[in-house]
This record gives sequence, structure tokens and C-alpha cells, in this order.
Amino acid sequence: MSVIVYTENWDGKFKKSSYELVSYAHAIATELGVETIAVSIGQVADDQLNVLANYGATKVLCAINEKFTVLDNAAYASVIARAAKANNASVVVFANNFTGKAVAPRVAVKLEAGMANSVTALPISFDPFVVPKNISNGKANGKQQINSEIKVISLAQNSFGLKENEGTLTIEAYDAELDDSKFSTQLVEKNTVSGKIILTDAELVVSGGRGMKSPDNWGPIEELASILGAGIACSRPVADEGWRPHSEHVGQTGKVIAPNLYIACGISGAIQHLAGVNSSKVMVAINTDPEAPFFEAADYGILGDVKTVLPQLVEAAKKFKAHQ
Amino acid sequence: MKILVCLSNVPDTTTKIKLSGDKSAVDMTGVQWVINPWDELALTRALDLKEKSGGKIEKITVITVGESYTEPTIRKALAVGADDAVRINMMPTDDYEVASNIAAYLKDNPYEIVLSGIESSDYNGSAVGGMLAEFLKVPSVSSVSFLDIEGEEPILKREIPGGTETVKVPVPFVAIVQKGIALDPRIPAMRGIMMARKKPLTVVEPTGESAKSTFIEFGMPQPKAKVKMIDPENAGELITLLHEEAKII
Ligand SMILES: Cc1cc2nc3c(=O)[nH]c(=O)nc-3n(C[C@H](O)[C@H](O)[C@H](O)COP(=O)(O)OP(=O)(O)OC[C@H]3O[C@@H](n4cnc5c(N)ncnc54)[C@H](O)[C@@H]3O)c2cc1C
Ligand SMILES: Nc1ncnc2c1ncn2[C@@H]1O[C@H](COP(=O)(O)O)[C@@H](O)[C@H]1O
Repeated sequence: MSVIVYTENWDGKFKKSSYELVSYAHAIATELGVETIAVSIGQVADDQLNVLANYGATKVLCAINEKFTVLDNAAYASVIARAAKANNASVVVFANNFTGKAVAPRVAVKLEAGMANSVTALPISFDPFVVPKNISNGKANGKQQINSEIKVISLAQNSFGLKENEGTLTIEAYDAELDDSKFSTQLVEKNTVSGKIILTDAELVVSGGRGMKSPDNWGPIEELASILGAGIACSRPVADEGWRPHSEHVGQTGKVIAPNLYIACGISGAIQHLAGVNSSKVMVAINTDPEAPFFEAADYGILGDVKTVLPQLVEAAKKFKAHQ
Repeated sequence: MKILVCLSNVPDTTTKIKLSGDKSAVDMTGVQWVINPWDELALTRALDLKEKSGGKIEKITVITVGESYTEPTIRKALAVGADDAVRINMMPTDDYEVASNIAAYLKDNPYEIVLSGIESSDYNGSAVGGMLAEFLKVPSVSSVSFLDIEGEEPILKREIPGGTETVKVPVPFVAIVQKGIALDPRIPAMRGIMMARKKPLTVVEPTGESAKSTFIEFGMPQPKAKVKMIDPENAGELITLLHEEAKII
């Protein structure tokens, strides 16, 4: 028996979120008294793979095929479902990110398994198997009971944390026996910006709204974000006006994010905006209007003008970083 | 070529959530039902494609797995321009059941392109599109922000961490759409609403598999502690609090 965890890599490297996922899978495996087995797809060096042991994986199955450089949902799902069957998995764990959303549902069908997505913590009970999850973008929560023999779950990002472990792991090459006919996604073009913090991964986010007044005023937001190592987001009108790229738009019709910290600068806090950021651990609102709805959702508030407040935050953040 | 758009019938986002007395259900009285926002955009894109396709796209069908209370939402999709609609008559319990029943219907009624949304705004399942593709054993592309069918093969753009990828997959396929697929949803005009009454809405009985999971209880998030206000003249204090009190930086 085992818990299978799909550890995605980015250009051959794992991220903190991969380690969080292994920590989570291992906590479940410990509860069930079974092994934690990671599945890795694509080329990853052994020293990277070995790090997974620090979070509780005892084995990693590495599926390598030059075609894995392009995500093919059906092919990836085949690898993971096959590994799950071969290792008698009772639970299969994914991250609730782009790849998780693309692949996990297909794996669930292959395993005739019920699936819970955006799970926020460890199972509440194991028999029956019940997990807590967000619903209505964090406006409420639900307890979902999965009744199938195998359970597929995806963990909401930043919701478990890292749990270190001592141990070693065995690395096994995994032959998924996929012939070329199993791959149907053909890459035409790839456009990525490198070196930028990816918003959906960011643990800290600084965000600007229409209260910033002009695209020329984003300097302090960019500076604060760079000092803190934060991602940058914006409200919908800001993206619609072309002040900021659409990739930064968060909310009901944009990205849904769940960072540890969300600093909203000149954002009113409309319900459609909050729908995308409500699951942030700590929220800060900076606004000149004491009636701004964001103050009701925020943990910390500054009633003031972004023009004078942001430079103070930049200075304070610089000092803080200098002393760390 | 025919396009099928999956419609999830959801409460309007501004709906205040109330729970039933025993917390076993979300209280739906007085709820304003709408088309799930992603599905509305998927439908908009499908209509745009049909209009400029010069007859290459013959038909756009919408499908919902739901009881009769979902019909006003389905009619709205017909009013903005879908050609016909199918309702699978059941109250689904989970995404597995939804996907399996749509797949069962599609076995005898194939479509070249199936569009679904990346997530329903009520239960946030993010699963139906991918599950459907697997039941049908066809390719799926997720997080799709662009779809065109001009050339020989349809072309899709999908979001990946830090950027986008342009990809091709052979038909039939399922595209799971998100932001960008269309800018603003279409609003039904009076003429469309009149015509929608005459468009076919076929009701079929479920023939797929049953659910594999169920919600047993709902809750509301912990009420937030009142916001802590910081003196705007001494805003730097925030950084100290985030470090020492919130322990977040
Ligand atoms: C179907 C639908 C979907 C939507 N989806 C989204 C979505 O995904 N994301 C989203 O963001 N919105 C979305 N919206 C729009 C949303 O309703 C709001 O209109 C939008 O979030 C407002 O953006 P804002 O707060 O930047 O601007 P405003 O509402 O104009 O607020 C600006 C704020 O800045 C404050 N301010 C002004 N000057 C200063 C200053 N000098 N210093 C500090 N504060 C200042 C003001 O007091 C005000 O609170 C959606 C709307 C609909 C109908
Ligand atoms: N009951 C349903 N009937 C038809 N399509 C649905 C239904 N529920 C979900 N979908 C489709 O699946 C997408 C994702 O929903 P979900 O997986 O439930 O988050 C939605 O945007 C719809 O396109």
C-alpha cells in the first residue's frame, strides 16, 4: 500500500511547493501506515530527487521520455495512474496548480476514484475518508467524503507548510510503456518571461488598484515587491485600462491566488476582486476611504494615500531586510 | 464541425452564502442562478468562431446536468445564440457523476470540440472537463485562454507558470477554458430571448455512473478579527507587525 504524490518539476528542478506536497502526502501515509512514493515525470537530476527524502518520500519513480517536455494531459495521467495501480495506492496527491488541474481529473477516472480539489488540510477522518476544502472561492468551506477505494486529492497551495523528515530514498527508473501514439499535444510556440516571480506561486503579493491613479505610479509597488521577493498583482480595471499586463489581474475573472500576504494598494475590495484573494493568510489594505469594503476583509489597514504610505513601506522594508 | 459547451448552473457571485440549520446543505432559497462565468465566456467564444467560420461550424449545443430548475439558465444560453440544448435530468452529487453522464450522452451524439470551464464558482471542483476527456478517451487541454479553428487544425493557447504555450491537438478534444478565452460575455437581446423559447431543449435521462464522493457538511470561515489600523504617518510599523506579530515575513 502507498500514498502516491506527483512531484512536478520546472526545468528539472523542484520548488518549495513540491516539498510541501511531499510533506503532506507523508503525513497521510504515516496515518495510514503506508509508504510515500513520489512520481516524477521528465528528466530530473539525482541530487534534486534526493531532496524529496527530507520530506518523507521513501521511493521516487522517474518516468523519462523525451516527449515529456510538453505537458500531454492524457500521457501524464497514464504514467501516474499506472504507478498508483502498481503500488496499490490508497491516496494520490496533486498540487492544485495548472498541471494538477490538467492531470488529476484524468487520473481519477482511470482509477475510478472520487476526487477532491483545493483541499486545505489533512483529512478529518480516514474511514470514511473526509477532507476539508474551500468552496465558493473561500466564502465557505465543505467537508467532502470520498467513497471510492482510491482517493485523488489536490492540495490548495500554501496550505500545509514544510515538515522535515529524516530518511533516504530509492530512485527507480519507471517505464510507463507509452508509445508515441499516446502523445497528442503538439507544441507550436512557447512564451515565458523568466526571472519574474510567478504570481500563482508567490508567497507574498503586492497589488495595485485604480487608486494608484496612473501606470506611472507603480514604481513603489515594484520596489516593495522586489525588496520583499513578492509577486505583483492588480485589480481588473487596472488590467483593462492597460496599466498593467492581464497576467497580473486577480479576482473572479482573473487569477485566484492564496499567498501568505496580500497587500492591496488603492483597491476598493469589491466582492469580485475578493473572490480571487480571499484565501490569502494575511491581507493589508491601504486606502483613503474609511468606508472601503477592503477594510472589512483585511487584517491590517492603513487609512492613507498610497503616494505617501508606499514610500514609507519601501523604506521600512529596506531596513528590515538589512537587519535580517 | 459541432461544438458542445458544458454549462454549470451556479449562484451569482454576489450571493451571500447561508447554510441550512444542520449545515448539511447550502441554503438555495432566493438564489439568483447564472451560467458559471467561465462557461459564459466559452459560449461567447464558440459563437464568435461559428459566426466567422463560414459554415464550417454547423452547430453549437449547450449541455447541463441538472434538474428542471436549471432551465432558465439554459434558456439564457439559447438566447445569446446557442442552437440547441440538452439537459440530463438529475441532481448530480459530484464531478465524477457529471462527467460520466455527459460522456455517456456523447457516445451516441459525438461533437468535435467540447468546451468546459476551468472551475465552477460554487463547489470549485476543477474536474469535469478533464474527467470528461478521460471518459471519452480524447485529448484535453487545460487553462485555455485562446482557441481558433482557422487553419487545418484547431489552435489553442494555454497558460503555464510564467507564460503561455500555443499547442495543437487533433479533434475531437476537450478544451478547459479560463480567462482570456473571450473578453465580455454576450448579453441576450429581446429578439434572442424570443427565439430561445422556440429552440430545442432536449431532456434526457441519466445513463452514466454514480458519484464517488459527497459533501457531508458545510461551514463558514472563521469570522475575521477586526482590522488593525496603523497610523498612516508611521506606516513602516506595518513591516514590524508583519514580522513580529503575523510572522509572515
Ligand atoms: C462579473 C464581474 C466580474 C468581475 N471580476 C473582477 C475581477 O476578477 N477582479 C477585479 O479586481 N474586479 C472584478 N470586477 C470589478 C469589480 O467589481 C470592481 O469594479 C473592481 O475590482 C474595482 O477595482 P479597483 O478597486 O481597482 O477600483 P475602484 O473601485 O475605483 O477603487 C479604487 C480605490 O482606491 C481608493 N483610492 C483612491 N485614491 C487613493 C489613494 N491616493 N490612495 C489610496 N487609496 C486610494 C479609493 O478609495 C477606492 O477604494 C468584476 C465585476 C463584475 C461585474
Ligand atoms: N452540472 C453540470 N452540467 C454541465 N456542465 C458542468 C456541470 N458542472 C460543471 N460543469 C462543467 O465543468 C466545468 C468545471 O466545473 P467543476 O469541475 O465542477 O469545477 C464548468 O465550468 C462546466 O463547464
